Amino acid sequence: VSFNRSVRAVLFLSLLYFAASSSAQTPTPTTYAITHAKLVTLAGPPIEDGTVIIKDGKIAAIGASVEVPAGAQVIDAKGLQVSPGLFDPVTQMGLSEIGAVGSTVDSTETGSINPDVVAATAVFPSSEHIPVTRASGITEVLSVPGSGGFDSGGNRGLLAGQASAIHLAGWTMDEMQIKRSAAMVLNWPTIATRTFDFATFSRRQRPYAEAKQEYERQVNQLTDVLESARHYAQAMGHGGPSDFERDVKLEALVPVVRGQLPVLVFADRARDIRSAVEFCDKQKLRMILAGGIEAYKVKDLLRSKDVPVILRPVLTDPDEEDDAYDRILSQPVELTAAGVKIAFASFDNSFARRLGQNAANAIAHGLSPEEGLKAVTLYPAQILGLSDQLGTLQVGKVANIIVTDGDPLELTTDLKYLFIRGQLTSTDNRHKRLYEKYLNRPKP
Amino acid sequence: VKASSMLLRSLAAASVFAAACIAAFAATPPDAPVILIQNATVLTVTHGTIEHGSVLIKDGKIAEVGASIKAPSGAQIIDGTGLFVSPGIIDCHSHIAVDGSVNEGSISVSSIANIAEVLDSDDISIYRDLAGGVTTANILHGSANSIGGQTIVIKLRWGQPAAKLPFEGAIPGIKFALGENPKRSNFSIPGRERRYPASRMGVEETIRGAFTEARDYKNAWDTYNKRTAAGEKNLTPPRRDLRLDPLVEVLEGKRYVHSHCYREDEILMLLRVAKEFGFKVRTFQHVLEGYKVADEIAAAGAGASTFSDWWAYKVEAYDAIPYNAALMTRRGVLVSINSDDAEEATHLNQEAAKCIKYGGLSRDEALKLVTLNPAIQLGIDKRVGSIDAGKDADLVIYNHDPLSAYAVVQKTLIDGRIYFDRQKDIAARAGLEKEKKTLLDKEKAAAKKPEEKKAEKPGEAKKPEEKKPEEKKKPEDMATMPQAGTDGGAQ
Repeated sequence: VSFNRSVRAVLFLSLLYFAASSSAQTPTPTTYAITHAKLVTLAGPPIEDGTVIIKDGKIAAIGASVEVPAGAQVIDAKGLQVSPGLFDPVTQMGLSEIGAVGSTVDSTETGSINPDVVAATAVFPSSEHIPVTRASGITEVLSVPGSGGFDSGGNRGLLAGQASAIHLAGWTMDEMQIKRSAAMVLNWPTIATRTFDFATFSRRQRPYAEAKQEYERQVNQLTDVLESARHYAQAMGHGGPSDFERDVKLEALVPVVRGQLPVLVFADRARDIRSAVEFCDKQKLRMILAGGIEAYKVKDLLRSKDVPVILRPVLTDPDEEDDAYDRILSQPVELTAAGVKIAFASFDNSFARRLGQNAANAIAHGLSPEEGLKAVTLYPAQILGLSDQLGTLQVGKVANIIVTDGDPLELTTDLKYLFIRGQLTSTDNRHKRLYEKYLNRPKP
Repeated sequence: VKASSMLLRSLAAASVFAAACIAAFAATPPDAPVILIQNATVLTVTHGTIEHGSVLIKDGKIAEVGASIKAPSGAQIIDGTGLFVSPGIIDCHSHIAVDGSVNEGSISVSSIANIAEVLDSDDISIYRDLAGGVTTANILHGSANSIGGQTIVIKLRWGQPAAKLPFEGAIPGIKFALGENPKRSNFSIPGRERRYPASRMGVEETIRGAFTEARDYKNAWDTYNKRTAAGEKNLTPPRRDLRLDPLVEVLEGKRYVHSHCYREDEILMLLRVAKEFGFKVRTFQHVLEGYKVADEIAAAGAGASTFSDWWAYKVEAYDAIPYNAALMTRRGVLVSINSDDAEEATHLNQEAAKCIKYGGLSRDEALKLVTLNPAIQLGIDKRVGSIDAGKDADLVIYNHDPLSAYAVVQKTLIDGRIYFDRQKDIAARAGLEKEKKTLLDKEKAAAKKPEEKKAEKPGEAKKPEEKKPEEKKKPEDMATMPQAGTDGGAQ
């Protein structure tokens, strides 16, 4: 029975796809009214039976008693839930298609100081990952250079480039772009005694003193380049472009040293996090921690310096054998209780659709359901300075909205409607197409 | 006594924890107690869900399942109010509890290697998977070779010696591998000559070649045994070949073939080769394009053990779809969902639940993907895989519906014994932490003394070396590039 139902659902969704793709081709602003839905606004208590009006890409009205404007396309969402779309704040979306195939990967530049490279430049709008990911209710992501994945080859650089916030729909990058430069990526160096040599495919062990020397060299390199950027910013402030020698790398760091652009610092070990926080504090940089496997060990420092954390998936094994088996799963509630702002991220492309699952697992281990949902919607938006546009259902915000038949974090919940930039967007994707094709394969 | 002497010698904090757990379990009485779980939601898998149901456990077996069971005197009662009981999770593709690399990657036919000989009962992944509800796992050799090593089914009896891990009477297996991994597409080192096979054509011929030898070898032995049985004397037996012996067992149906594969063409290739030599493929592993040739897999009577939603990490995973398990199920294939990864195994119940959404399996069908179906695939379904009287009492108690992301395992039982208890685990933490500190302080003091004697600058003791934080260790067959700090993606 349920099989037939899903077949019907697929047929329905295909129709929706055609409807949506034709509407996308004609970008006439459409007004939508989602009625009789449970509205999880995240800006107040849920509204059990409410209406959302979407107009010109924005939320035009929302509430329990909102009039449906004439000509609006009405979606009766009785029994359904409306929530802000999910926001995955660390991915390689559009930068990497098939991890093992280098020619499909643009996520990491060579060399260690590349502050001038920008993710948005290389995001491939036709990547198959984009429709697959949005079908899981993720409406926007941060595409992050140098953030790893299978393809990083071990070398991610120090200043790896600028991360771009993007909508997961649009014909071109210009349409997809939320913020071209949303954060500067800094892979914090670590004292590594064990390394992997890719030239020989072998492990290498080196003494602590040697590893520490290498670490200090990298920190000095960072200090130097930031110092140069500061001088550069000064020169820019004092004279016209003809008065000094232009430098694209230093120029890219000017908003960083001016504290305008946050630095997304990748670090996992407590010692590295501590060093990074102290460094950013001294350099007066706006730090966002990404990774944070051992953030719980430095939670007081993180709170006192007001450093938010974008956590690796909680579905990750603890590092040390004698860590409690649920060490990573119980960290979100521990950090939240300590007053540290957290968000969840996939740190991946093909596992991006596990974002909700990760939040749900953190909830299962003590995080409140509301905090869990905010950690994949509002908090990533706040952390990246985008909460004026995204993260809650409020009038004036961009209409990135999901309509589901239940809790959007639960594994068995279906996504019924998806709005990105106020457009009813297709949930069709490579996986659904292959499913339908082989569902209809005649018996051999 | 053994534990305390180990503790004294221990340098690594890891051993401290493992030893403490062994010590904890040494106190458990050897005989499984009589346990009655009452008033729980019992997901039997074979005969529906019993609300407010009971399960009686005696002598390590499920004695009775039903709506209400009278407690025998002296039975330990577990109040299951608000809790869910499912059969123990069975992971049909695991690499836990293996000492060292899972690949004898030097040769393309490594049937001589046997995982059973390198079981490591101290691997912390056993405990962590147990804490995720896994009770049985199929421990496989890696996928570097067309014909890999011999494999073994274990129960996750944490705290027991390696000799107690194997699932008694389970038919052993052998790993085969097709596609990118055995042809080493993603692992070539510049300047190093490539190993045969380097193409899917060569993979087929490697397997055909090995079975041609194995068939001749079997014939030689059959002839010898027949003539000896007929009374002939002084015959020279054929030379024993440890590499071919396991393949003869495959031909005789005494050893299961578990074959790593991705693409539709290579799946059909192995079915052809199997038909040519008269053996069966017990399971296709990963089999991410299985949905394309589900009818052929079903017709051959082969099983399929796949991932829930992995894709795009390599070319042969680009057509992977999360509907794979449901589509194959609908076409009559016996399907399981596996982990290939110690961490993934801790939430296989969640991975199974995804097949309700992707392809519309029923709740029972979904739960079967990680319980009864892998049991059938491994030939152990008379013992495990469902909650039925007479089966081993391998059970998981959850605080929530296991087909949900919100379920947390409270207890895991194997053979009627509680091997994992979340409350006890949490309660033991402070003590373990204290013990660890005491031991580390002792070690530091001991290490400092000789240092101080010869130290020119006292107080500048050598700093302990710290490990680079590791990336999440990639599952064995998913690994495409070595990660710093791991053994090169186990390849």
